[in-house]
Amino acid sequence: MNDFTDALQFIADNTALLWSLTLDHLALTGAAVGISLVIAIPLGVTLGHLHRGSFVAINVSNVGRALPSLALISIGVAVLGIGFVNVMVALVVLAFPLMLTNAYVAVEGVDQDAVEAARGMGMKPHEVLWKVELPLALPLIFAGIRTAVVYVIATATLAAVAGAHSLGDIIVDQATYRLPGVLGAAICVAVLALLAELLFAGLQRAVTPRALRLEERGAPTVLLGNPDPERTVST
Amino acid sequence: MTAAALPLAAAEPVIPDFGRGSTCVRENGAFCWDWVSDHWGDTLRPALMQHLALTAIAISLGFAIAFVLALAAHRRGRLTTPVVLVTGLLYTIPSLALFQLLVPFTGLSRTTAEVALVSYTLLILFRNTLAGLAGVPEEVRDAARGMGLTQRQVLWTVELPLALPAIVAGLRIATVTVISLATVAVFVVNEGLGAPIYAGLQQTFKTELIAAGALCVALALIADGLLVLLQRVLTPWTRVARSR
Repeated sequence: MNDFTDALQFIADNTALLWSLTLDHLALTGAAVGISLVIAIPLGVTLGHLHRGSFVAINVSNVGRALPSLALISIGVAVLGIGFVNVMVALVVLAFPLMLTNAYVAVEGVDQDAVEAARGMGMKPHEVLWKVELPLALPLIFAGIRTAVVYVIATATLAAVAGAHSLGDIIVDQATYRLPGVLGAAICVAVLALLAELLFAGLQRAVTPRALRLEERGAPTVLLGNPDPERTVST
Repeated sequence: MTAAALPLAAAEPVIPDFGRGSTCVRENGAFCWDWVSDHWGDTLRPALMQHLALTAIAISLGFAIAFVLALAAHRRGRLTTPVVLVTGLLYTIPSLALFQLLVPFTGLSRTTAEVALVSYTLLILFRNTLAGLAGVPEEVRDAARGMGLTQRQVLWTVELPLALPAIVAGLRIATVTVISLATVAVFVVNEGLGAPIYAGLQQTFKTELIAAGALCVALALIADGLLVLLQRVLTPWTRVARSR
């Protein structure tokens, strides 16, 4: 346990360095998540609304999950060179499928009776989307964003091997910072990821319509990515 | 490593012939197939095998733990929340950080890598197994009890078979995730496909890196496909139901 007291000492002694690396870490995360959001959510929602492209929309996340982040960042170095942009592109590639699949599944899986009822009330397609499908799909869309954010924060740690700055700088440089430094930075990354998880869990709750909140007390759902295993196989 | 290095030492001359590289390798081509075939035996195949071992051990251990926890939580609902909290916490900690945080306890060893990899499978496998069990219709359970099945028989002959699709879905996600994450284990133990990827990162010659990365993706996709096949074999009734 002595190693951990040294690690805490390291954190206390190097707050300025850790803080600036944390900001770099968040900048990288924010840029990657922002770009993925802008592309993935509208695409997933549109496809889900039209009930088109299920094979691609569902399986893209399985392929995305299979991409080893370390390899992706490394290959990015070969193609795009060292630095922020390369790592950001790699992170977008990793975050995009998670958001797309969840957005698609969320909108596509909205209770068709509700959609029928909305149409019966005379709503136009875009009204059905904005007033019925999106509110009902929002919790699951947010679940995808939340998973992606935590995943990107975790992977941004690896950015250090490709020349972009993040808290990983310290973790992969044991020669300079010694074990206490590595452990201290690891603690910071872990705390950062947990805070992000909590923040987005709160956001997800906040956007969940009250009627749906009661439901989630019941049976636990199958974890993201493959909410309906039957359908993934059959499509 | 040593087991793979021995036959190599026996087959190659004592002083390696460095001038023998192919044109592609000498000119530092983008991707050299002949490098891959030359180094399949001494670099890529051992790394692939280590990667398979890392993954297989992590998934087996993780599934054993998660399965027992899920059965317990299925019987006593109160267990669900604490288990989800703890496994969720483990799942959230970034892999590179978790590997390092375990070093003071288990050192720079394979054990460290396995503990971290197992901890990433728990949440996925636990939640999917539990959700599969909870998704069994109450009427089916009633009917089984009405036929005189004991609680244990209901679990093993009715509930678990019906939960299989959800369990396999969890296994698929966990397996693909572990195959991808095991590359990061290179920072604590020089094994698996992470080793050639990391080595490739440190040099300008990129074939090693790309080949190892591609192998890793291929491994994940093949494992995923095999699990889909496994599910089809184990649950023939789902196909009949779908074709109607």
